[in-house]
Amino acid sequence: MNNTWLFILQALTVIVVLGLLYRPLGGYMAHVYTTQKNLRVERGFYRLIGVDPASEQTWPVYLRSLLAFSLIGVLLVYLLQRIQEWLPLSLGLPPVEQGLAWNTAISFVTNTNWQSYSPELTMGYTVQIAGLAVQNFASAAVGIAVAIALVRGLSRRKSLTIGNFWVDVTRGILRILLPLSVVAAIILIVAGVIQNFNPFEHITTITGGSAVIPGGPVASQEAIKEIGTNGGGFFNANSAHPFENPWPWTSIFEIILMLAIPFALPRTFGKMVGDNRQGYAILSVMGIFWIASAALLTLLESVGSGTASQLAGAAMEGKETRFGIVGSTLFGTSSTLTSTGAVNAMHDSFTSLGGGLAMLNMMLGEVAPGGVGSGLYGILAVAIVAVFVAGLMVGRTPEYLGKKLGGREIKMASIYILITPTIVLLGTALSFAIPAVEASVTGTSMANPGLHGYSEVLYAFTSAGNNNGSAFAGLTASTPWFDTALGVAMLLGRFLPMVFILALAGSLAAQDKVPVTAGTLPTHRPQFIGLLIGTILIVSALTYLPVLALGPLAEGLK
Amino acid sequence: MSTTLITKTGSSLPGQRKASSAFSASQLLASIPGALRKLDPRVMWHNPVMFVVEIGAALTTVLAIAQPFLGSSAHTTASPTSPAFTWAITVWLWLTVLFANMAEAVAEGRGKAQAKSLRDSRTTTVAQRVASYDETGDPGAERADFQQIASAELTLGDTVVVTAGELIPGDGDIIWGIASVDESAITGESAPVVRESGGDRSAVTGGTRVLSDRIVVRITSKPGETFVDRMIKLVEGASRQKTPNEIALNILLASLTIIFVVVVLIINPIAGYSNAAQSVPVLVALLVCLIPTTIGALLSAIGIAGMDRLVQHNVLAMSGRAVEAAGDVTTLLLDKTGTITYGNRQAAEFNAVSGVAQRALAEAASASSISDPTPEGKSILDLAVAQGIAIPESAAGSVSVPFSAQTRMSGIDYADGSQVRKGAGSMVIAWVEESGKLPAKTLTEIDGLVSRIAEAGGTPLVVARRDKAGKGQLLGVVYLKDVVKTGLAARFADLRRMGIRTVMITGDNPLTAKAIAAEAGVDNFLAEATPEDKMALIRKEQEGGNLVAMTGDGTNDAPALAQADVGVAMNTGTSAAKEAGNMVDLDSDPTKLIDIVGIGKQLLITRGALTTFSIANDVAKYFAIIPAMFVASYPGLRALNILFLHTPQSAILSAVVFNAIIIIALIPLSLRGVRYRPTTVSKILGRNLWIYGVGGLIAPFIGIKLIDLVISLIPGF
Repeated sequence: MNNTWLFILQALTVIVVLGLLYRPLGGYMAHVYTTQKNLRVERGFYRLIGVDPASEQTWPVYLRSLLAFSLIGVLLVYLLQRIQEWLPLSLGLPPVEQGLAWNTAISFVTNTNWQSYSPELTMGYTVQIAGLAVQNFASAAVGIAVAIALVRGLSRRKSLTIGNFWVDVTRGILRILLPLSVVAAIILIVAGVIQNFNPFEHITTITGGSAVIPGGPVASQEAIKEIGTNGGGFFNANSAHPFENPWPWTSIFEIILMLAIPFALPRTFGKMVGDNRQGYAILSVMGIFWIASAALLTLLESVGSGTASQLAGAAMEGKETRFGIVGSTLFGTSSTLTSTGAVNAMHDSFTSLGGGLAMLNMMLGEVAPGGVGSGLYGILAVAIVAVFVAGLMVGRTPEYLGKKLGGREIKMASIYILITPTIVLLGTALSFAIPAVEASVTGTSMANPGLHGYSEVLYAFTSAGNNNGSAFAGLTASTPWFDTALGVAMLLGRFLPMVFILALAGSLAAQDKVPVTAGTLPTHRPQFIGLLIGTILIVSALTYLPVLALGPLAEGLK
Repeated sequence: MSTTLITKTGSSLPGQRKASSAFSASQLLASIPGALRKLDPRVMWHNPVMFVVEIGAALTTVLAIAQPFLGSSAHTTASPTSPAFTWAITVWLWLTVLFANMAEAVAEGRGKAQAKSLRDSRTTTVAQRVASYDETGDPGAERADFQQIASAELTLGDTVVVTAGELIPGDGDIIWGIASVDESAITGESAPVVRESGGDRSAVTGGTRVLSDRIVVRITSKPGETFVDRMIKLVEGASRQKTPNEIALNILLASLTIIFVVVVLIINPIAGYSNAAQSVPVLVALLVCLIPTTIGALLSAIGIAGMDRLVQHNVLAMSGRAVEAAGDVTTLLLDKTGTITYGNRQAAEFNAVSGVAQRALAEAASASSISDPTPEGKSILDLAVAQGIAIPESAAGSVSVPFSAQTRMSGIDYADGSQVRKGAGSMVIAWVEESGKLPAKTLTEIDGLVSRIAEAGGTPLVVARRDKAGKGQLLGVVYLKDVVKTGLAARFADLRRMGIRTVMITGDNPLTAKAIAAEAGVDNFLAEATPEDKMALIRKEQEGGNLVAMTGDGTNDAPALAQADVGVAMNTGTSAAKEAGNMVDLDSDPTKLIDIVGIGKQLLITRGALTTFSIANDVAKYFAIIPAMFVASYPGLRALNILFLHTPQSAILSAVVFNAIIIIALIPLSLRGVRYRPTTVSKILGRNLWIYGVGGLIAPFIGIKLIDLVISLIPGF
């Protein structure tokens, strides 16, 4: 079977399953975040932390709660890594080095899951479970909470509050992420993903060589890694490792897991604003990007470039033969478009243009469908800017879902759009602008000289700034510069946008709603879908074209 | 500039009478001094986009001057560096700034021209101020002492006397007397109007001339603060403040500018790694091409032109904000009389009772109307003529009986003693029955006709006759109808498609109101409306999130005018009404409300369209500049040079030149406004997306290529 048919079949499978999930999962999530009822376990938890679940927060309070929660998360993960040698089930591993521990703590709390280390050589089971896995749940729930807060801003009228952060996070974890993860983990275990606390076994192979057979609670970690669009692997090889992802079909299953919540959230949005068509419009934009990008990447990798790949029939370097081209490109597209960052093939070995496309996926701003929550609030921010310009063109003060888009709203949305590219571009530029840093970057970190080495650096900052976490491999990132700079990029790339999204939510919630009339720009028609696609493309293309031209484009158009 | 680009004039807005959208090269030349003055950084600062361009231009100027002294060693870059290139870039960057300033200066110049014609009416006159006005003892100021002072020295609350032939020295209210006033200086309407103390016709405007009689006027506004003064300041740009929407758009443009500054700043550190570092002029050129200079340059011109269009329609707005609000209006409150109907009833049908010929009724009705001066009477004659009935000559000795409130009838008495009457049903029937009871059947028939007409919103006029002997006979009923202005229903349908609801306000009873509302095609009506009802309706609409526009002229309209989002006061109205509204219509034509909404929308559409165009342009500029910058280091990037531009130098320069010229080319459009026609939102958006979005993508490809072809003829490029 050739790649075209494989692509159509596999993509269709993903689309059909996601299509079946869209309404029930999206509707369920809307219910979770709007119901007044609390579960008994939740009530107990609220009493414990002293939160009144019925009282709501203004946006600054919501933001402060979120930042406090995340700060505690960073400190805990950092601490666990630093005291690893005294923790049980640590496989005798030493404490994690300072710079790396900080980088990793931030990486997992920001839902980036950038890994500057080999997990199996660095993290024991306790750190993996109590530190990293906990943040896989927490950071994902935080992302969804912010998205829900923004949707509340759009759906409420004259409200000073945008919800209660503690309630949103608790419900996100207990009612959405945990049940989904349990089901997914069981399926993965059935498929052969390991789940144990065995120490690593050192064996002698038949040929007389020695090998290490790792163990660990992998299936449970793997499930939330995909569902929460986290992406931090249990093993260095991430989803290319057979203990994480044994079969071609588990690969597709994992793709579905990472896409499930981001693609269902538009339904939640539609339900909460009381117009499902709005959800379908956002879904269409996300879906079109996903399909187009996957098809293009598959095409680029199938054709390949250079003698070796032509002899192999496709660009198979760095790809698992059990997944093949399509299994790798679908996974790579989904992972870079969802801010998951998991990989089942080495993106560094993609063709130049293919690697550039993976980068471009992230440069779109992680909105198609983006990370859990962050994808929805990201695309809504772009939608607000698109509606503003288009709304002017129909001769009214622009409004989105009945909310007037004035100076304050535009300020928040455009600063949101501005933040991530600025982080990515500045980070990349500083890597080459500061002489001492440049020496370290070019001398130590880059595995490849020249254009490809530069692409590796650009990829790293794109990944960190967009909280994706996928790596171009190749780059040795455990240097003081990258540990620090990427850490800052992840931190700012995660929380600065949230500040402006929550401020936007607050200012939208405070507004009354303008009635929808025939003069209102409809935001559920194909016209709007096209407009939003165009806006996303133009904004990212204009921002990144020069830096892309100097790397992947220059390399690919040789 | 080619003149073909700039001779298109006129707006598609209906109702525009003064064509002054013409834009000529001479206006452009005249704007140069103003444009140069605006180069002052303290002025430029208010326009962040163009301020960045000015800094860039200054920077390249310094480099161009310094270049010969620095030698070539200072330019180890991969991009073009010849002195001629640097100078060319420098010159065109300055031109870009200058063109932007010219756009604003041209708009202001046109505003000033408008203002001048308004100001011409404000020439200083001598005012006869009453020294100590005695309101009770001498209301006419017959015995008072006068001071002769210049009108500019008048203050609020002064009392002046104006007699026939004099100019009224300032805005005010007549507190004594009645006069006919020539307001043509303000309205352009040559027929004099009557102004009198008390009531809703007491306001007079400074600069208008009293034609007859003598009036005492209390000045209600300080000189320099009258409507006209305020409007002059607005159109001249002196007191122009950014409107909320302009502020929002500016934020978006500033954000785009910031991001492109970052994009350009990081190029050299990265390109340096690949030995593809660029010279400063090239980087500045790239930055200027990327930031939204087109809309940044034209934004204020668009705003001024919007105010200007309003003045062309003889409407004065108190603020730019009001014009914008007009575009947002979702509910229009329209007074029935004068706006929806012609203001007087007209005969539409003759309904004869059985046994009487239609013709006999028509003849009798016209006979009774021959000397009837009312519009209703005239309309009966018109209808009769239209039906082919010869109007009888006024018979000798006949006496016309005018309408009176007591009899509620009018008619004619002939010399031979026979009489004809027309009027309210009950009165005419009583008049006929003076000569004996009418048969029940006839009465029922008349009742049927009368109530049918009333239900349809018309006024029934019963016609009867008494012969020489005094024997009475009922002839039938004339159907007087409120005539809805032609074409209104279609306009209301247009508005509805744009999402604007129309509500008719009338003092008529609900039955009549309903019938007229149905005929005119309004969405709703408010019958037997009192000012309080009107106010309540506005509040209710606003609570539902609607923006309301209305017109009014009376003092009792003032609260509603103030409450409405767009309150258009008629110039004939009282000072209180004019103070309360945020616009004044000098022509006092309430129908103009619809035009005002159109002008507001057109203003917003123009802004949106040019923003889209400006951003879409960037794509082509990238394709021109990026390959030009890096092709020396990476020959493979030649594939991006899809325009096959001549040389890197020429490519970059062409993009900069295009970027500058497009500003000039779009000045006429920004002054005229993007074409606007009421239709569905999707259609408007689709059209504008095609023209300004897709067009904005394509146009610069063509423009840059053409410019490149020209530049390639210059040696060294």
